[in-house]
Amino acid sequence: MESVLGRYRNLIILVGVLFLQVLGLAVQVKRGGNDTENTRLIRIWAVGAITPFERVLVWIENGTGNIWHNYFYLRGVRVENRQLKEQIEQMRLEQVRLNEDAAQAHRLQALLAFKEQFISKTVAAQVIGSSGTDLSRIVYIDKGSDAGVSRDMAVITADGIVGKVMLVYHSVSQVLLMNDQSSGVGVILEKSRLQGVLKGTPNGEVTLERVMSDEQVTPGETVLTSGGDQIFPKGLPVGTVTKVGTGKDLFLSIKVKPAANLSKLEEVLVLVEKQQREATAEDLGHTRAADILAQRLPSVPDKPAQPAGSTAGAAAGSAQPASGTNGAKPTGTATGPKTAGTPGAAATGSKPPASPDKPAEAQPAQAKPSAKPSTQPSTPPATPKPAADQDIPD
Amino acid sequence: MPITYTSGEQVEVYRFSIPATIGIPLLALFLQAFVPRRFPAFAYLDLPLLVTIFFGISRRNPISGLLTGAVIGLAQDALGGLHLGLYGIAKTIVGYGASSLGVKLDVENAGARFLVTLGFYLVHAAVYFTVARGLVSLSLTWSWRSGILAGLANAMLGTVLYFVLDKFKQRT
Repeated sequence: MESVLGRYRNLIILVGVLFLQVLGLAVQVKRGGNDTENTRLIRIWAVGAITPFERVLVWIENGTGNIWHNYFYLRGVRVENRQLKEQIEQMRLEQVRLNEDAAQAHRLQALLAFKEQFISKTVAAQVIGSSGTDLSRIVYIDKGSDAGVSRDMAVITADGIVGKVMLVYHSVSQVLLMNDQSSGVGVILEKSRLQGVLKGTPNGEVTLERVMSDEQVTPGETVLTSGGDQIFPKGLPVGTVTKVGTGKDLFLSIKVKPAANLSKLEEVLVLVEKQQREATAEDLGHTRAADILAQRLPSVPDKPAQPAGSTAGAAAGSAQPASGTNGAKPTGTATGPKTAGTPGAAATGSKPPASPDKPAEAQPAQAKPSAKPSTQPSTPPATPKPAADQDIPD
Repeated sequence: MPITYTSGEQVEVYRFSIPATIGIPLLALFLQAFVPRRFPAFAYLDLPLLVTIFFGISRRNPISGLLTGAVIGLAQDALGGLHLGLYGIAKTIVGYGASSLGVKLDVENAGARFLVTLGFYLVHAAVYFTVARGLVSLSLTWSWRSGILAGLANAMLGTVLYFVLDKFKQRT
């Protein structure tokens, strides 16, 4: 007996080690899902052994990159700066227009007693590592429970969603990317408003499931989060539909290109706090884009007053030329009394303080036509005001 | 002649210092986790597997080979999001196989190492695929083309890597 044991010692140990691992695997499968809690200790050891090196390397990498980019490589910065300033101008105009739309949406939500969810706190984190295999799409970030990160929090970038937090350690967290095959995100198509579930595939692609084959989905359509998974707030960009085909079981096979570059993630945001509140119809009192544009075009010649009734904005403009501002721009609010003296005040056309009881929802319909940046001002402002003095939200 | 039959007495058995025994697998795991972040194609390479094979064929001790494979594989599993044991089982078998092969064959030259690594890569992939499909029900698809291409890439890297790692060998 001893000779048999001695002779097959290696094989017996191999079978023993394999048996233990198969048994452990079977227990994990039996417990269902990714049994990460019961294997936490081993994972902590492995992560604790690897991530310090990753942190150091990322730190060195960033330090070197910063020195290079901030001190040595400054070629073309002036040109870029000028371009960015121009871009900021354009974006401010766009922002004003969007604020008007948002204000309208808020008012409508308030009317319908909707609850709105918004991101109240995020934690910026650096991606320091990955699972190292293309079979599980996981990254590690350098923020953990110490920074307030906890399981099932959403992880996003400025481009779109990335995934959710799976495991949290003290200073490191494991993030399951949206293209992992065990991932699932509730999404909605922007135009058609069709809802579905976004799933990853074994080869790292992203597909939209649960959309019936009789629905119309076109490539190029934007995919947004629906908020149905209780992880991602509604309306975050997810990606774009790239291919639509017939799938199985009466469902479409829709491929989606993620908005965020999941293979080259560097910095991400973890949504550590979301809040839900009743929608309120606050008046944001923003300057309209057209008004800002009007004040920056001092050389536009005077135009004769347009006949009343052509457009809402024009009607308002012709009916009530702003005193002292040479009628910088029709206010767009026939009810809004002008605050004489400054073009900004005339242009804002904000809710009049004297009439708080006026229905707020009367405003957007009138504000819309004149909100477009391309609208020509009827008359140029006599004294263009610097941008810094405008009532523009940052 | 890339692979030559030798008797057990003829082949040299090597050992490694404790820092090398711990540091090399750790470095392999670290690079495997870190580099694909910058170069996603690097995920097709399996440095921990190459280290397992190297330790196996150098030590020529099946027990130490299978234990090395098990530990490296489990650590790799722990870094990934899947169940513990998938890589563990595959690398245990590879570690055992590599060290058993090292006892019987002299795999010191580049050609032999290339073929051995290619073979063990395919064994590793087959075991992983079988366990993942059979035990965990992961939806994986087997592709000979990508398997062989990845195997060739790993074999090429392994051949170079083993010559670097040879520097850490100590004669018994």
